[in-house]
Amino acid sequence: MTSAAPRVRRRRGSGGTYPLFLVPGALLLLAVILVPFGMNIGTSFTSWSGVGDPTWIGLDNYGKLLGDSTFWQSFRNNAALVVAMAIVPTALGLMIAAGLHDHVGRNFGPRPAAILRACVYLPQVLPIAVAGIVWGWLLAPQGGAVNELLGALGAESLARNWLGDPDLALWSVMAVLLWVQIGYPVVVFMAGMGRVDPSLHEAAQLDGASWWGRFRHVTVPQLRPEVFVVLLTCTIASLKVFAPVYVLTRGGPGGATNVPAYYSFQNFFEKAKVGYGSAIATVLTLLIVVLTALFLRAQNKGEDG
Amino acid sequence: MRRHAVLWSFVALALVVLAPFGVVLVNGFKSPEQYSTDGPISLPDRVSLDGITAVWERVDYGEKLLNSLLISSSVAVLAVVLAVLNAYALGIGRIKGRTWVLVLFLAANTLPQEALAYPLYFLANETGLYDTRLSVIIVFTAIQSAFGTYLLASTFSGFPRELLDAAVVDGAGKWQTLLRVVVPVSRPTLGVLFVFFFIWTWNEFFLPMVLLISNGNQTVPVSLGVLQGQQMMDATASSASALLGVVPAIAFFLLFQRALARGITAGAIK
Repeated sequence: MTSAAPRVRRRRGSGGTYPLFLVPGALLLLAVILVPFGMNIGTSFTSWSGVGDPTWIGLDNYGKLLGDSTFWQSFRNNAALVVAMAIVPTALGLMIAAGLHDHVGRNFGPRPAAILRACVYLPQVLPIAVAGIVWGWLLAPQGGAVNELLGALGAESLARNWLGDPDLALWSVMAVLLWVQIGYPVVVFMAGMGRVDPSLHEAAQLDGASWWGRFRHVTVPQLRPEVFVVLLTCTIASLKVFAPVYVLTRGGPGGATNVPAYYSFQNFFEKAKVGYGSAIATVLTLLIVVLTALFLRAQNKGEDG
Repeated sequence: MRRHAVLWSFVALALVVLAPFGVVLVNGFKSPEQYSTDGPISLPDRVSLDGITAVWERVDYGEKLLNSLLISSSVAVLAVVLAVLNAYALGIGRIKGRTWVLVLFLAANTLPQEALAYPLYFLANETGLYDTRLSVIIVFTAIQSAFGTYLLASTFSGFPRELLDAAVVDGAGKWQTLLRVVVPVSRPTLGVLFVFFFIWTWNEFFLPMVLLISNGNQTVPVSLGVLQGQQMMDATASSASALLGVVPAIAFFLLFQRALARGITAGAIK
């Protein structure tokens, strides 16, 4: 033992080789993410069709964005998707998780609760483009299962062109994304509820608190870290939504379901306005980075406190 | 009574969530003739594979499955290896400036892919990698390993020091410590990461669509999504292609259920 101790120290002291393990990962990060991201920012200051040389135009693209109603509409639509993918799933997820944990889990055992949880989670494992394919067909105006079902129930008058009607399309996309998303908060919250000390619930129950009272005053406050993580990760995910919009509506009808991610894609590959698309992508990135920074700061605070 | 009312309302909720899967399943096996007479909500009178074989041939589905398998498993293996190397330097080696390096990796994983798409498309063209499965493998190895680094570094920083010291006492170098001590002890976490990288890569749509133009190189979601995007499909083909997209996802779900349950919670809170 006595002879080993100095050897340990010497090895640690000469341990300058750890950074070498970082080299392959760092090179790949540089080539695939950092350099391309830098190029994207650079391109956003140019006018470029994708062929030939880009022309430097400074902040013109960003200036144009300010007056571009499609751009603003895409962000308004994205706000609706934040509601559908973050706010509603968090609220509903809390109720579903609490119901499964407190009622089903307690009265019928962990197995039925786990099976029901798995059912609600299933849409999460679908490739999101495939979820779009499934719903594109279910919501089809002619022969789509939703309209056919309404017909079979004698409610033909409720049948709609769910994705083709400018007043409805965004609501339909929101409903699809809620279906996709709901399982994630349920799983995270149920795991969190396993962490909550049962004596808190017992004490509240002795004080005569109803289930709803315990839900509000014990469960929700105890789950604050989970609620926070879910709200932020889901908000970030909703800002990145592309595939369902591409597959379901292509941003239409008339831009009713366009989102910044899809709008930048349109500028890159359909309109050949690469500089403009890059500016949109840069603004979107800025928004996401700010959210992530807030998230990290709050998470660190939570760990210290 | 009330106990059962709660249970049944949750069963009803589960059925509503599962209903689209059921409709896809039923209609995927309907013959086109029956679909056109009875519509989507009747049960099939016989199991017909016509719709499925039509879409299978149209997108050459077997080839797409192989592409997806090849891309996803390569990415999962490579990204786990890279994440382990990075996290070894950051979490166990505790090199200088590790917090900032970690933030960089996390930021890299958080960037919207739109902010990388055109440069990656351009660079892939310049390097002759455009429209190759290798391009997608490289890109997603970088993206997934960035997340893996973030997650593993925090796991590794809590790695039992006694084990590391014991390895040093036994005369193990850094590589030996990594391969003989750190990797075996962290095997469960690495397994979860592998499953997640595989499924996430399988599900990707945007960058694979941008990088893979020719049908023969495309993945399952890309080929089905592009087909749907063209809006030229009849209802039978749509239901069949939905079914073909759904089946692998359900297979992974059943195969990896435990890893998924562990991984979602670990990934969310850590």
